[in-house]
Amino acid sequence: MKSKILIVDLDRQKSKIEQIDVLEHYLGGSGLAACLFEKYGLIDEPASHPRQPVIWAIGPLSAMFPMMSKVVMAFKSPYNEQYTESHAGGRLAMAMRFSGYQAIVLIGKCARLSVLEISDHSINFFPVPFLEKADVFSIGKILRRITKLPSGQRSILRIGPAGENKSPIACVNVDTYRHFGRLGGGAALGYKNIKALVIGGRANTSLQEIDLKAYQKRYQELYQLITTSGVVKKYHDLGTAQNLIPLNELKCLPWNNLQKTSDPGIEGISGEAFAQKLLLRKTACAGCPVGCIHIALLREQFGQEHEFLFRQVAYDYELIFALGSMLGLKDAEDVLRLIEQVEREGLDAISAGVLLAYVTEGLEKGLFSIEQTLVDLAFEKAREYVQAIHFIANPPNEFWQIMAQGLAQAVQKLGGEDFACVLGQEMAGYATGENYFVSQALGFRHSHLDLGAYSLDQSSKEKDVHQALEFFQKEEKYRVMLTSCVGCLFARKAYSWEQMASALSCVGLNLGPEELQKIAQEIAVRRWRLKIKTGFDPETVKIPKRYLEVETFKGKIDTNYLEMLRQTYARYIKELVK
Amino acid sequence: MQHLKAIDMAKCIGCYSCVLACARLVHKTLSWERSGIHIRSAGGLSTGFEAIYCLACDPPPCAAVCPTEALKPKPGGGVIFRSNLCMGCGKCVQACTVGAIHFDGELNKPIVCVHCGRCVSFCPHGCITLVKTGKKQDEK
Repeated sequence: MKSKILIVDLDRQKSKIEQIDVLEHYLGGSGLAACLFEKYGLIDEPASHPRQPVIWAIGPLSAMFPMMSKVVMAFKSPYNEQYTESHAGGRLAMAMRFSGYQAIVLIGKCARLSVLEISDHSINFFPVPFLEKADVFSIGKILRRITKLPSGQRSILRIGPAGENKSPIACVNVDTYRHFGRLGGGAALGYKNIKALVIGGRANTSLQEIDLKAYQKRYQELYQLITTSGVVKKYHDLGTAQNLIPLNELKCLPWNNLQKTSDPGIEGISGEAFAQKLLLRKTACAGCPVGCIHIALLREQFGQEHEFLFRQVAYDYELIFALGSMLGLKDAEDVLRLIEQVEREGLDAISAGVLLAYVTEGLEKGLFSIEQTLVDLAFEKAREYVQAIHFIANPPNEFWQIMAQGLAQAVQKLGGEDFACVLGQEMAGYATGENYFVSQALGFRHSHLDLGAYSLDQSSKEKDVHQALEFFQKEEKYRVMLTSCVGCLFARKAYSWEQMASALSCVGLNLGPEELQKIAQEIAVRRWRLKIKTGFDPETVKIPKRYLEVETFKGKIDTNYLEMLRQTYARYIKELVK
Repeated sequence: MQHLKAIDMAKCIGCYSCVLACARLVHKTLSWERSGIHIRSAGGLSTGFEAIYCLACDPPPCAAVCPTEALKPKPGGGVIFRSNLCMGCGKCVQACTVGAIHFDGELNKPIVCVHCGRCVSFCPHGCITLVKTGKKQDEK
């Protein structure tokens, strides 16, 4: 099975198309991206190097089956200078499928700030100096006038001021409501002078050459499973925000920079509160019938004579944690105002919220002064945080320039390591226990979705290092296969190993579940090898003191177990790449 | 006779399952273009979605301009498309008032909804349905 890869040289504005064998390149997504980074990546050069590649990869099941709707973005992270991935949905997977390319690689740097339009029949560059430092929302409207690709059959990626300013916590906005959020994808595009990409096309794939009957049957079965069986109901119903109350009750929800893990104020920012008072509608990634994107209506008065404006703001568990509980906010509309500002500036929501929580505690403790922060940040005070978000993306002074580099850098320069909530990068919203803390600190993407270890913390009271390691190995192998196909990680219950193998056989890739597991393991090793070659040393990873002080439903953190698990997992990763 | 009708697009989540179903089941293709139904966002994703498909004109202007009668009026509105008769002139695309006929350059044929309803069961929110029309096959 062959696929096409597009390599765009931004220096020369010339492109080449390569044909690749899908199996030799580990199917797609995570596997393919790692292969392409091995070929085009500059291991010893910084993330800012113009020839450093930025890669997007879909997989053999993209658009072929429901929930196969994600794209892997791979790049050398401006946050930690290591090889990384970020994942997003929107319409991008389908747009790439119909652009005809299984992967798109950008190398070089545009001479001027530009928009790049890619389809199966054209590649166009549009210089857009007039969009310099434009916010994410305003450029969307202009882009729709620039592009020739039709509405409904295109995907738009864009960066805001944060990406142009090369903040390592800048995200790439995908089709308004989705993001390549973490580890600085926005800065990776900023380094390339790419303000936006528009991708689309008309590259149809005939289904006459496959066993059409078997494919239709398999599709129907998976569609029924996903839409009627309840396996993904929680993502559709209240969405991930439904986790707020349960995690708060379990004393696992970080509040006020993880000074506490539970607060009665949860009622104001629960998934139920958002759904009942503010949920406007839900929408979906193209190719996914679930519809997990929850969009709230934020109505604001801007004039005395009943003058109102409205905004549509997408929310999720992670955003409500980072821009809500972590900052002590207890009003859903306040949280939406912060999310809206983060979106506008093109920042990663989790990183921005956790960073502001650190600044707030730093002010409380006298580590920072208002002369530095320029605004008087305090937990529970929303308005000042809106201003501070603008400062991260558009630093007015040296203090905010340091903050714009992300929390890991800020701690090194300004201190506060005891209370900084860094686990490889700004923490995700799970104060569930030792397993999660180790998994994010050491995980490949430093993401809660690397291993989903928060579920192990909640389901098992055992403090068994071997059991935890087995869980990590099993989860990583499965997830890396799903993200090589490329499926949404919410599809975990819909796609078992057997179901993935069966779906792949429909597109002519006849691999049994065991063979798939073997390939998954090879991909995992390959990714780790790249991460370690680009500077990651798992044995030097530290878990800040704040995590050792956490108290959950299981009681105080067991520091001995945490340390044992940290060392064991670090050794395992090192062994893996030998 | 039955016609496809978008009855509740306010509930559309933009999943494209209907588009992919038509392409897959009717046109034996993986495509978001080779489909009788298209989903558009009307001015950005924040404004919701609209479905573009044949509105079953009676009489259909696309059939009136078809020089080879490849598009034949269907009793009760809409058309039957006979691919073997089509010469690929594309006049039907221009004639369609609501832009519901897409011309497939690769096949050199128009793609038009024939109201078979195979997309309907793939809409997770019942935004589209088949509705019965007054005229039967023999009531010309």
